[in-house]
Amino acid sequence: MLLYTIKRLLGAIPTLFVIIAISFFMIRMAPGGPFSKERVVAPEILENLNRVYHLDEPLIDQFVRYLGGILQGDFGPSFKYKDFSVTELIWTGFPVSLQLGGAAIILSTVLGIAFGVIAALRQNSRTDVAVMATAMVGIAIPNFVMAPLLTLVLGVYLRWLPVAGWGDGGLRQAFLPVVALALPQIAYVARLTRGSMIEVLRSNYVRTARAKGLPERLTILRHALKGALLPVVSYLGPATAAVITGSVVIEQIFSIPGIGRYFVQGAINRDYTLVMGTVIFYGVLIILANLVVDLIYGVLDPKVRYD
Amino acid sequence: MAQGPGGSRNFAKIGAAIVAVVLLAVGAWYVFVGKDQLGPEMVFHRGNGAEPETLDIHKMTGVTEQNIAQDLYEGLTAFAANGDVIPGAAESWTVSDDGLIYDFKLRADGKWSNGDAVSAADFVFGIRRCLDPNTASDYAYLLYPIKGAAAFNGGEATDPASVGVEALDDLTVRITLEAPTPYFTQMLIFPPAYPLHRASFEQHGDEFTKPGNLIGNGAFTLAEWVPQDRIKLVKNPNYHDAANVQLDTVYMYPTEDLAAELNRFRAGELDATYDAPSDQIPWIEENLAAEFHNTPYLGVYYYAFNMTVDPFKDNLKLRQALAYAIDRETLTSKITLGGELPAYNWVPPGVSNYTAQATDWADLTQDQRNEMAKQLYAEAGYSADNPLQLEILYNTSDNHKKIAIAVAGMWQQVLGIQATLRNEEWKVYLESRDQKQFQVVRAGWIGDYNDANTFLDINLSDVGDINTSGYANADYDAAVKGAASESDMTKRRDLLEAAERQFNADLPAIPIYHYSSQHLVLTYVVGWEDNILDYHPERWISVQR
Repeated sequence: MLLYTIKRLLGAIPTLFVIIAISFFMIRMAPGGPFSKERVVAPEILENLNRVYHLDEPLIDQFVRYLGGILQGDFGPSFKYKDFSVTELIWTGFPVSLQLGGAAIILSTVLGIAFGVIAALRQNSRTDVAVMATAMVGIAIPNFVMAPLLTLVLGVYLRWLPVAGWGDGGLRQAFLPVVALALPQIAYVARLTRGSMIEVLRSNYVRTARAKGLPERLTILRHALKGALLPVVSYLGPATAAVITGSVVIEQIFSIPGIGRYFVQGAINRDYTLVMGTVIFYGVLIILANLVVDLIYGVLDPKVRYD
Repeated sequence: MAQGPGGSRNFAKIGAAIVAVVLLAVGAWYVFVGKDQLGPEMVFHRGNGAEPETLDIHKMTGVTEQNIAQDLYEGLTAFAANGDVIPGAAESWTVSDDGLIYDFKLRADGKWSNGDAVSAADFVFGIRRCLDPNTASDYAYLLYPIKGAAAFNGGEATDPASVGVEALDDLTVRITLEAPTPYFTQMLIFPPAYPLHRASFEQHGDEFTKPGNLIGNGAFTLAEWVPQDRIKLVKNPNYHDAANVQLDTVYMYPTEDLAAELNRFRAGELDATYDAPSDQIPWIEENLAAEFHNTPYLGVYYYAFNMTVDPFKDNLKLRQALAYAIDRETLTSKITLGGELPAYNWVPPGVSNYTAQATDWADLTQDQRNEMAKQLYAEAGYSADNPLQLEILYNTSDNHKKIAIAVAGMWQQVLGIQATLRNEEWKVYLESRDQKQFQVVRAGWIGDYNDANTFLDINLSDVGDINTSGYANADYDAAVKGAASESDMTKRRDLLEAAERQFNADLPAIPIYHYSSQHLVLTYVVGWEDNILDYHPERWISVQR
């Protein structure tokens, strides 16, 4: 398994290089630059800015300079947020995004599996229909609709929860964004769990367990659930990606100081280094998440072997 | 199903229990921990537009940054609550008869936030750093009235001593100007002219703006900066007027999304907002009338013609026809809704030492203007069989779009012009605009300072891309440049007014409205006085709940 992990990590290097190269040249092709503003900057001042930020050099030299920086862990200065380096911004934003995304993943896994199991065990009952109907609604409503709705009701009208900001990331501050981010995932996980649970409950090994006279609780917890969770686990990779992209929207709506906001603002402001930094960071994150999911899969499914 | 009913019920109970525990935990947390604790100190929560790009006084350009900087630092002069210019770090000053030499006397009790005395050398150090080409300051041009400033910033002169700012003694700053500049004391309120605490700057280098490192001479100090979340300022006990500063703590929040900002205000999280969403203004006027502040602002919203190519180059009648056919009353009362003033001339009303030059067509009815427009349009050689086809460029935004649709509709209805709309993302739009790749472009200009010059010198023929339309008129240039070197204030004013009349007559750009600034401010906030420059230093504010 160690060998497999190392192989996968080495394989990620060319992938990352392609990501870096493509995004570096793509953002440079976008019209406008980091210093174009409503009030036109005088030519001599623009010259000063370009020189200080090395934008006056040939593009290929800038690319080499950038790659050299990355190898030393230096993602360059932000063009827009001039008091911070990109590395600093990512490290202040990451814990927040991690808290937000992590909480959303945990919440969606726990609640999604619980709802899915309940629905599967009561297949075709009213509970089942109710859970699945809610799940469909959850999947169908995008979070940029759900988030303002929750805000309006729970924040503005009832004043129970803060409508925006992060503060120290306490539960009260985090509640609305985490729920808004988790809702569609809860729904997905519930539907996945329900489907595979129903299938597993009909399988031979569950029938065997029951025939041996094992109590129903043990049959489900020890035998059925383990098999039923395989598709859910493999969904965690895409779910992580979905939560990351979802948090780009959620962080914007709730004014949360996470990486997603930097990604969006970096692109809008043509903050070249900030866009590159977040793209690389997301790239690494998704590669790692998929690797972890594959490893967990190996543990859960005896048919999968990595050595 | 071949399972015991009891078993499945048990399992369902477990699932339900998990859900119940999660919900209970949230509820309990809210009840026991969630209630805000009200402290004895006076705190002010303010929406501040965006995340500040920097707190480096020499690299900042925007209003967001200025709002913070003017709490942390104090220039030689300062803003009163009503926007008047009052003595700041300097207690008094004298001006030579020719208007070129200013001697500022600093306060003897002026201190930095760490207790060091504020000296004349700190101002010299600050201004020289701002102008140093290696600082790459966007806003350095504000200091160009100072002798030798433009040359040093542009790299033609390399000796910092060639800039006309010097310390005569510890408490006297002498600034020598290129030409008499009546608004010069106003420019000293802005960050490029702030003093810089040399020791902390040299000790911390690029990190000098971080909390704990930043030493200022303003009414507040920087306590905390969480990017994209908040900036916390606390009262500076060493400030010379600390006895009259009432707020203990100020929080500034980035509030880019105006709808979200309004929600935060309604939820009681903000005491004052940065702006108000225009589509909500009718609702705000109905429901938050007491909190709504709507004030004329030093800015003009306009549609510029591309004066460098046909059909608008050398075609005054066509430009007039288009300008007259826009029903500004309808635009401001039905679309923009923010209390903007319909504009028929370039310079906004309320500029000090100046009378905005009204145009003769401003007093007509819209029907009369439409008739004139039709006639001029025909004289310019266009007709129903030969209609003008043009494209309006604007940057992606609901407001600009609504206005563009309405203007295109008015031109179509009155003149039969076939106008198409082209919207572009912000930075793409800027590039198209600056490269003059448009026929008609929407644009706006906010004055840097309260003087007509800030609206007129951007239309000089030799200022580059900042001249949106590419307007070039020798008489206009002569008047604006003449004013810049005129020491007689009455003559100067006459020259600037003549320049505006020339511009209004030539119509290289169609003024559409003069801006207004909008804020929601809770009624128990005291000291927030509406003013045309829209600056509200925390020094004057208190919260009387």
